[in-house]
Amino acid sequence: MAPIEEVINLSRLQFAATAMYHFLFVPLTLGLSWILVIMESVYVMTGREVYRDMTKFWGKLFAINFAMGVTTGITLEFQFGTNWSYYSHYVGDIFGTPLAIEGMMAFFMESSFVGLMFFGWQRLSKPAHLGVTFLVALGSNLSALWILIANGWMNNPVGAEFNFETMRMELVSMTQVIFNPVAQVKFVHTVASGYVAASMFVLGVSSYYLLKARDTGFALRSFAIAAAFGLASTLSVIVLGDESGYTAGEVNKVKLASIEAEWETEAAPAAFTVIGLPNDKAERTDYAIKIPYLMGLIATRSTDTQVTGIKDLKIQNRERIIRGMEAYAALSRLKSGDKSPEARSAFNELKKDLGYGLLLKKYTSNVIDATPEQITKATNDSIPKVAPLFLGFRLMVGLGMLFLFIFVTSFYFLIRRRLSKHRWLLKLALFSIPLPWVAIETGWMVAEYGRQPWTISGVLPTHLSASTLQVNDLYFSLAGFMTFYTLLLVVELYLMFKYARLGPSSLHTGKYHFEQAANQNSHA
Amino acid sequence: MMFDYETLKIIWWAFVGVLLIGFALMDGFDFGVGILLPFIGKTDVERRIMINTIGPTWEGNQTWFITAGGALFAAWPLAYAAAFSGFYVALMILLFSLFFRPVGFDYRSKIADTRWRSTWDWALFIGGFVPPLIFGVAFGNLLLGVPFHYDDTMRLEYVGGFLDLLTPFGLLSGVVSVAMLTMHGAAFLRTKTDGVLAQRAGRALIIAAMLMMLGFAAGGLWVAFGIDGFRILTMPDSNTAFMPVVKTVERVRGAWMDNYARWPLMWALPLAGFGGAMLSILLTMRQRAVAAFLSSGVAVTAVILTAGASMFPFVMPSSLDPNSSLTAWDVVASHKSLGIMFWVVVIFLPLIITYTAWIYRVMRGKVDAAHIAANEHSAY
Repeated sequence: MAPIEEVINLSRLQFAATAMYHFLFVPLTLGLSWILVIMESVYVMTGREVYRDMTKFWGKLFAINFAMGVTTGITLEFQFGTNWSYYSHYVGDIFGTPLAIEGMMAFFMESSFVGLMFFGWQRLSKPAHLGVTFLVALGSNLSALWILIANGWMNNPVGAEFNFETMRMELVSMTQVIFNPVAQVKFVHTVASGYVAASMFVLGVSSYYLLKARDTGFALRSFAIAAAFGLASTLSVIVLGDESGYTAGEVNKVKLASIEAEWETEAAPAAFTVIGLPNDKAERTDYAIKIPYLMGLIATRSTDTQVTGIKDLKIQNRERIIRGMEAYAALSRLKSGDKSPEARSAFNELKKDLGYGLLLKKYTSNVIDATPEQITKATNDSIPKVAPLFLGFRLMVGLGMLFLFIFVTSFYFLIRRRLSKHRWLLKLALFSIPLPWVAIETGWMVAEYGRQPWTISGVLPTHLSASTLQVNDLYFSLAGFMTFYTLLLVVELYLMFKYARLGPSSLHTGKYHFEQAANQNSHA
Repeated sequence: MMFDYETLKIIWWAFVGVLLIGFALMDGFDFGVGILLPFIGKTDVERRIMINTIGPTWEGNQTWFITAGGALFAAWPLAYAAAFSGFYVALMILLFSLFFRPVGFDYRSKIADTRWRSTWDWALFIGGFVPPLIFGVAFGNLLLGVPFHYDDTMRLEYVGGFLDLLTPFGLLSGVVSVAMLTMHGAAFLRTKTDGVLAQRAGRALIIAAMLMMLGFAAGGLWVAFGIDGFRILTMPDSNTAFMPVVKTVERVRGAWMDNYARWPLMWALPLAGFGGAMLSILLTMRQRAVAAFLSSGVAVTAVILTAGASMFPFVMPSSLDPNSSLTAWDVVASHKSLGIMFWVVVIFLPLIITYTAWIYRVMRGKVDAAHIAANEHSAY
C-alpha cells in the first residue's frame, strides 16, 4: 500500500527543508577551502606572516561553518533510507554507488585532513601543511562532484534499465552515469556558485574592517584575494550557467519550458520573456515583456532548434502515460509468471514509458483501469507549477548580475588603489553577504521543484518514492529538526558574528587591533 | 577480473562487516571518550585534555559511519531501505544525538563561560552515549527478527513502533554495546593521557570490560536457549538475482547456533570477545596502555563478528513474515554494481587506512595540561 498523501507531503517538506538548510553551509566550505589554499600558498612562497594569520583567521570561520556542514550532511544520507525507502529500493543500485564513492574517495579525505589542518601547524613543515589544506579543499569539491553525479542522474537517468525480476532499476553503464552531461554542468555551476558565496563572504567581512579602519593591511590583502577569486567565479557561473544542461533529458525540457514560461512552441529562435506573471490556470504569462530570438539562442545555442512549449509537452506526456498503462499491463503479465519470450519482448518495447504509467498510481492503484479524467489529472501533474520556477530563476539570474557588478567594481577600485574613496562599495559588499545564499537556495528550489512530479525523471514519481510511515513519526522528526536546527543556527550565527567582529585579534598574536588597543591603554 | 555473483555476495557480506567494525573501532573510542567526559573529567582543563585526545581525528573516524551508510545503500540497497525506514524513530534519535558532536567539539571552548562549557559537555556525553545504545538495541532486534513484509511491488511495510524495540534482549544488547565502547574509549584515553586522568580511565575500563563480559555471556546464553533463530528451507540458486519473498524460511529456537555446529572454528569468535576484554583488564593493571587498547580492539571486533556470523546469511530477518527476511543472497545490488563497488573498496580502503595512520603518527604523543595552556585559543 502506498503511503498516504500527508506522509508524502510531510516527507517532501522535511527533505526540502533539511536539504536547503544543509546547503546554507556547503557553499562556504566549497569556496573558502580554496581561498585558504590561495592564502597559504602565498604564505609558503613569500614567508610573510600576515598570510599565515589570514589562513588561520579565515580558517577559524571556516571551522565554525564546517561543523554545521558535517552536522547537517549526515541527515541527508540518512533520509533516503528513512523517508524514501521505496526510492532507495527502486534506484539504490545506481544512486547508491556515487554516494558510496563520495564517502570513500572524497568525504573521508576531507574529514581526515581537516583536523590536521587545524591542529597540525606546529607538527608539519610549511609545504606539508599547505598540502593538507589542499587535500581538504580537493576532498570537499570531489564530494560535490559525486553528490551532483547522483543528483544529475535523478534529473537525467542515463545508463540504467528496469529489471522485472527484482522490481527495480539496475545499472547498465557506470561511464554514462559519471559522464552524464546534466551532472557535469550541474557540478561546475554548483561549485562555482559556492566560490562566489565564499568570495562575497570574505569580501564583505574585509570591507567591514576597512570601513572601521582597523587591521587594514590584513583586510586589504583578504579583500584582494576575494575580489579576484570572486570575479573569476562569477564569470564561470554566468558563462557556464546551468542552462546548457536543460536540453539533455526529457524532464529537463519540461523544466526549461516552465522556467521560461514557454506555453506555446514558437518558431525558432524563440523570444525570451524577461519578466511577467505566469498564470498556470489560463496557461499564459500576463504582463510579459519579451525580447525576440534571445531565448532560442540561450537555450539551444542555435538559431534553428525549437524549444518545445508546455502545451505540446503535455500532449506528448499524455501519450506516454497511455503507453505507460500498456507497459504496466505487460509487467503484470510477467509478474504473474508468464515469462515467455513474447511477454518479455512486449514489456521491453514499452518499459521506457513505465514511469509515466506509474503517475496514475496516485489516482488508481491498478493503473490499467484509469479513466480518461484520471489520465488528464496525471497529465496535468506532469508539469510543475510555472510561476515559482519562472520567478525564482529570474531572481537568481538578477542576483548573479549584481555579484558581477560588485566584483568588477571591487577589483577595479582595488587595483586603482581608490577603495577608500568609495565607502558605498564597501557597504554594499558588507550588506550583500547573505545574497549569494539567496541566489543559491533559489537555484536549488528551481532545479528540484522543477523536477516534480518525479524523484527520478520519467522513471519514478515522487508520490511512490516515500516510505510507508506513520504521520506521527513525521511530526516527531520534523519537531526534532526544527528544534535542533533553530538552536544550532542561533549558536552558529552568534559565534560567526563574534569572531568576524573580533577579526584577526582572535588569533592572540598580539599584532592586531584589539590587542594593540589594549596594550596602548595599559601603557597610558 | 570479475567474480561470479555468488562470490561477490559473500565478499560484500564481509565488506559490510569490515566497514561496520572499522566504524566501531575508530569512532567507538570517540563515543567512549564522550561517555566518560563528564564523569572522569573533573575540571575544565581535564575535560579539555580528554576532548583534545580525539579532537584532531574524531571527524575522520565518524566518516567510517557515513561510508558504511553509503556502502550499504550501494551494495545492500534493500537493507539500507528496510533498516532505516523500519527503525525510523530510533534512527532520528540517533541522528539528533550525532548533531551534538561536530558543533560540540568545535564550539565548546570558543567561549570561556562555565555554563556554556558544561552544557556542551553534556551534549557531547549524549553524542557519545546514545549512538552506541541505539546501535546495540537495533542489533539485538535484528537477532530477534523485525516485523516487516513486502508487497507485490516490493514496497516494505513495517509493523510496530519505537517502543517495541525496547525488549529485554534489545536492551541487553544496548548495554553490551555501551559498555564495550566505554571500555574502548577508556583504553584509548590511557594511551593519550598521564596521571590522574589515566588512573581514572583505568578504573573505568575495568568496570566497563566486566560489565561487557557479563552482558555478552548473558546474551550468548539467551541466543542459544531463549530466542528463535531463522533458517532457510528453500531458495533459488544463490548465483542468480531474486527477490527476498521467493525463498522459504522457518523460525526455530536455537537456529542461531546452526553455524557453530557447521563451522566449529567459529567458537573462536566469542572466545576472542571474552579473551580480548580480559586481556585488556590485565594489561591495564600492568600499565601497558597500548597493548590494552589493542586487546580492547580485538574484543570489539570479536563481539560484532560473533553477532554477525551467528546470523549469516541473514542480515535482517522478518519476524512477521520469515520469507521476507533479508539475507546476503537477496539484499544485494545487481552483479554489475557489486563488481564496481568491489573495486572501489579495494582501491580506496587501503588508501584511507594509509593516510589515517599517517595522521595519527603526526598527532602522536600525549595530551596534557601544558599542551592546553600553550594552545589556549586554538585547542578544542
